[in-house]
Amino acid sequence: MRQVIEIRIECRSISKGEGKGPVLSTKDPISFLGTVDPETGNIIDPNHELHGKCIKDSILIFPYGKGSTVGSYVLYQLKKNGCAPSGMINIDSEPIVAVGAIISDIPLVDRPNVDIFKVIVEGDEVIVNGSEGYLEITGSK
Amino acid sequence: MYLTREEENILNGEYGTTLQKAIEILVALGDIYGADSLIPIKSAQIAGVSYKTIGDAGLEWISSLKGTVKVPSVLNPAGMDLEDWAGMGIPESFAIKQKEIINAYSELGIRVECTCTPYYLQGFDLSLGEHIAWSESSAVSYANSVIGARTNREGGPSALSAALIGKTGNYGFHLDQNRVPTISVNVECDISSSDYGALGYIVGKMISNKVPLFNLKSNPKKVDLKSLGAAMAASGSVALYHVKDVTPEQLHMNFDTPEETIVIEEEQIREVYESKASFKNNCDIVALGCPHCSVEELEEIASLLEGKTVNKEFWVCTSREVANNSGDIISRIEKSGAKVLCDTCMVVSPASENYRCMAVNSGKAFNYIPGMCKIESMYATLEECIDEAGDRN
Repeated sequence: MRQVIEIRIECRSISKGEGKGPVLSTKDPISFLGTVDPETGNIIDPNHELHGKCIKDSILIFPYGKGSTVGSYVLYQLKKNGCAPSGMINIDSEPIVAVGAIISDIPLVDRPNVDIFKVIVEGDEVIVNGSEGYLEITGSK
Repeated sequence: MYLTREEENILNGEYGTTLQKAIEILVALGDIYGADSLIPIKSAQIAGVSYKTIGDAGLEWISSLKGTVKVPSVLNPAGMDLEDWAGMGIPESFAIKQKEIINAYSELGIRVECTCTPYYLQGFDLSLGEHIAWSESSAVSYANSVIGARTNREGGPSALSAALIGKTGNYGFHLDQNRVPTISVNVECDISSSDYGALGYIVGKMISNKVPLFNLKSNPKKVDLKSLGAAMAASGSVALYHVKDVTPEQLHMNFDTPEETIVIEEEQIREVYESKASFKNNCDIVALGCPHCSVEELEEIASLLEGKTVNKEFWVCTSREVANNSGDIISRIEKSGAKVLCDTCMVVSPASENYRCMAVNSGKAFNYIPGMCKIESMYATLEECIDEAGDRN
């Protein structure tokens, strides 16, 4: 019989709100300008680990953002197009993604107090609470 | 981070959603960078203006804001001369969108002055130690280094937020301890004019984001320091530098000599000119004014163009206010067939893409043109740039 596991992990709040969705995780930093198609949420950069995947409605986990500050506006456009992640988790947020999440109302936390890449498994459902600074994993073994 | 009662109220939405979002941005960034509080700023300079850079998404976000900036605020260069865009080869579809962006900023009380040289503008005088929130990398370098004011390199949305709130996070270069030089740069040869841009181009790459203390054999003018700082901020990400016995903060403080030292020789500077010298006589455009020309620089260009009629596209970029105050000089420049462009520059305008190879005397432009405009650039002195333009007479 499958056992449902629920884990709550404390994080730092960056952008408010709560979001829930299936996990999509990568150890590759993401430059939103150029890597993500704002019309669809698809990862279009052939050099990125998540190439071909879609970030829409996911809980997107990645170490940090990089690249042009215009990346903040790409996140805004994704949200306007209904293709944004439901929430995001960074190891260490930097300004582009932090500002992008805030102006787009996408919940964002960083600095989870465990090694998130070791804990998360594909298929997990995650809640990101940006207002209080935690995430909750619902998975099964 | 400590917030005052009023700042808490803004964060809770008591003053509307625009200010709430603005302060959320400042607080989040302050937390990321370890700020202890927000501090008042004297002025703001906001990046993210060219339609080429921010697109429809940026336009949409800026248009959604409601309010008035609390401090004198100006903009970064736009993608086109706001008046003479047609003459630059900019299509009308781009112009319409660019004007919408400018209007959206103007609705917030921001002065429609699109320049990387806000320190030349009325109402933007600045002194040692004053706190500001500027975004453009060469302007940040000039303010920090040549004036000794204090700013981080703000992003577009964060500078806009700082303008709306009248404050920014107290971190980075606002703090004494981060303004101390961390590397010495000894320049072994005498340098002048465009050599400073070449020097900056080399040093920026070598030191990334350290705080250099230059020991020079020459005596730089402010426009020389403007070139040096702009190039270092482009090829590296140097936001603050000191020049021994020259820059104001260095004259006021007793900085310890940094342990790490690099030495720059004449050959290295020469190499920047030589690297693309094969394009000599083969450039199809000359572009000056990166950063935007001062009145003195415009006068120098006008003198060199005296009696000439240029044979190639020739742009001289400056701020509209400086141009408006230099009517005679502008006429003399334009008599040669050169175009004086305001509000924009060769780096952020899509019009640059219409050419093949651009001659520049700016280390910053030399660095950015190939990547941002997909054309070649050649580094030359001002006189060599004028020669490159040819003479029909």
